Amino acid sequence: MENRPLEYDYTVAKWFMLATVVLGIVGMLVGVILAWQMAFPGVNLLAGEGLAEYTNFSRLRPLHTDSVIFGFTLSGIWATWYYVGQRVLKVSMAESKFLMFLAKLHFAIYMVVVVAVVGSLLLGISTGKEYADFEWPIDIAVVVVWVIWGMSIFGLIGIRREKSLYISIWYYIATFLGIAMLYLFNNMEIPTYFASGGIGAWYHSVSMYSGTNDALVQWWYGHNAVAFGFTVPIVAMIYYFLPKESGQAVYSYKLSLLAFWGLMFVYLWAGGHHLIYSTVPDWMQTMGSVFSVVLILPSWGSAINMLLTMKGEWQQVAASPLIKFMILASTFYMFSTLEGPIQAIKSVNALAHFTDWIVGHVHDGVLGWVAFMIMAALFHMAPRVFKREIYSKSLMNTQFWIQTLGVVLYFTSMWIAGITQGMMWRAHDEFGNLAYSFIDTVAVLHPYFTIRAVGGTLYLVGMFLFAYNMYKTMTSSRRVEESELQNASPMGA
Amino acid sequence: MFHWLEKHPFFFAVAVFVTIAFAGLIEIVPNFAQASQPVVGTKPYTTLELAGRHIYISNNCMGCHSQLVRPFKSETDRYGHYSLSGEYAYDRPFLWGSKRTGPDLMRVGNYRTTDWHENHMKDPAAVVPGSIMPAYRWMFKKDADIDTAYAEQVTVNKVFKTPYNVEIPMVDGSKATVKMAATLDEAHADALEEAKMIAADMKDQDVKDAVEAGKIPEIVALIAYLNSLK
Repeated sequence: MENRPLEYDYTVAKWFMLATVVLGIVGMLVGVILAWQMAFPGVNLLAGEGLAEYTNFSRLRPLHTDSVIFGFTLSGIWATWYYVGQRVLKVSMAESKFLMFLAKLHFAIYMVVVVAVVGSLLLGISTGKEYADFEWPIDIAVVVVWVIWGMSIFGLIGIRREKSLYISIWYYIATFLGIAMLYLFNNMEIPTYFASGGIGAWYHSVSMYSGTNDALVQWWYGHNAVAFGFTVPIVAMIYYFLPKESGQAVYSYKLSLLAFWGLMFVYLWAGGHHLIYSTVPDWMQTMGSVFSVVLILPSWGSAINMLLTMKGEWQQVAASPLIKFMILASTFYMFSTLEGPIQAIKSVNALAHFTDWIVGHVHDGVLGWVAFMIMAALFHMAPRVFKREIYSKSLMNTQFWIQTLGVVLYFTSMWIAGITQGMMWRAHDEFGNLAYSFIDTVAVLHPYFTIRAVGGTLYLVGMFLFAYNMYKTMTSSRRVEESELQNASPMGA
Repeated sequence: MFHWLEKHPFFFAVAVFVTIAFAGLIEIVPNFAQASQPVVGTKPYTTLELAGRHIYISNNCMGCHSQLVRPFKSETDRYGHYSLSGEYAYDRPFLWGSKRTGPDLMRVGNYRTTDWHENHMKDPAAVVPGSIMPAYRWMFKKDADIDTAYAEQVTVNKVFKTPYNVEIPMVDGSKATVKMAATLDEAHADALEEAKMIAADMKDQDVKDAVEAGKIPEIVALIAYLNSLK
């Protein structure tokens, strides 16, 4: 009894893995539909005139952003938390009935929120703030989910055997605190039904902030929801999964310290770069711009730390598709954390803001970094939670190349589209008149919209391959022993 | 210090929170009172305009259209005067958007008419050849939610002292008053009066008949809102 290794309980991790795959496919499928709608507007009527309200671009767009951010990514974060948390704290979920109950409740309420979000966005119930579209009843449910997750984190930490918190735990704690603060403040709203004494829709609310202030709070939130949803927890993942899968120790502890505290300190200042040349005070715009450039340091700190972790072991990148996913992810992390600061420079922002270049930036970050890392994490977890080898290595390789091609088509076409449109908006003729009407600047984008739609479709195809591979791993792959699960994940041909 | 923090999760969490929180305090708080002051000529929305604004939000128009004219010649040439902070004083939420798939709408009321919007919302490509905007034909059939718009007026008037039923200074030195009804029934009657003026400039017979019968289709409220953007 004394010498038996710990048996970790992955029940809830499995549920969240399933949610990650399903919500990933949903979110990206909607994204692909949107991309084709922009290339060929007829697609807006894909379910006929009668359902046009529910299938047109404008209604579907928040569904895409929210299902990828709060569906796919959050599920991925939680799937890894309920896996990594136990392992680095050296304590099993099964040791506490209370924590197990909390974790299951966490999943259950989250599922209710997902259904409520999909329903309300399709019906057009929205507060109108990007990535904070949910009306107050859903906001309250989100807060409940978040508090439960917080109890789960600190509960597990409370009964830990390993006294020192591993780097990944720092990042999970920061994710929890950051999002909690941002979400609460940005969603301050007053339900009109109650304030007016029972008139109108019960779920409607009005923002506590108006105009420029609302914009300030919203982009302080919007930018940092990216920070604490798309960066911090994904870094938590790579700090655990890359050393684990490669069998290499993290290159530098000092660098990880510098990168962590640097990221915490700098990230929040950079939100102002969404508001350059808007009506917020100039000093804030400048702060946003300057700190965005400073942000390169801690971002690259983590990425370089990961790449150097592979020092002397680069043959693994060629040999293992799982390592490939993670190395490409950290490369894209470096790439998009350089691209973002460039776009935050005032004179570049004057051109790039409001164009597709920004859309391109978001997607090289999310598709290249976030999604690749989450899928790599799930691939690494699968043999350990299902006790079976990964069904097919060649399928993983195929998926990797299809999706990489998809991302490259996506961001290159959006670069060209964004810069083209930005240049055309500002072009004047020899008499000082605007050279192009607005529609000229739309028509010229058609080929790039088409290429982007192809790129997105390729990525979605990769998602289906991923789902199939995971399904086969779960159900019919070869069973493996604990001894095969030390480092490199076992994979079938 | 860092080693110590890593063994003391509570203090670690406090340290993280302080590190991330104070950027927000410094950037956001000092500007709050100042930025919420309206400029001369800025009026709160009428009930019908607000109902239209809700339709604008629920269909996520801001996903493709900004309401923020930046201070560049190319933008002021195209859209009119650059935006001033105080012009947004009554915008809850703000609708600046983050992407211009279509043109900016900050001052669309200055250069588009009811008639133009009617045709455009029905079939955008017929009015602007090559447009990739989808059509919004259901707005001609569904009725606008006047109740919720009125509830919002009452709320902002009560909680934020949004100036309804008081004189507001205009740019030309005159005074204007935006009415907020005393009762819900009165709000409906006022909104219908405003809707009739808009429907008079429209051609769609179904919309005209609906307004005649005391109903307010979504398209009418939306056009009222778009016309108010100046």
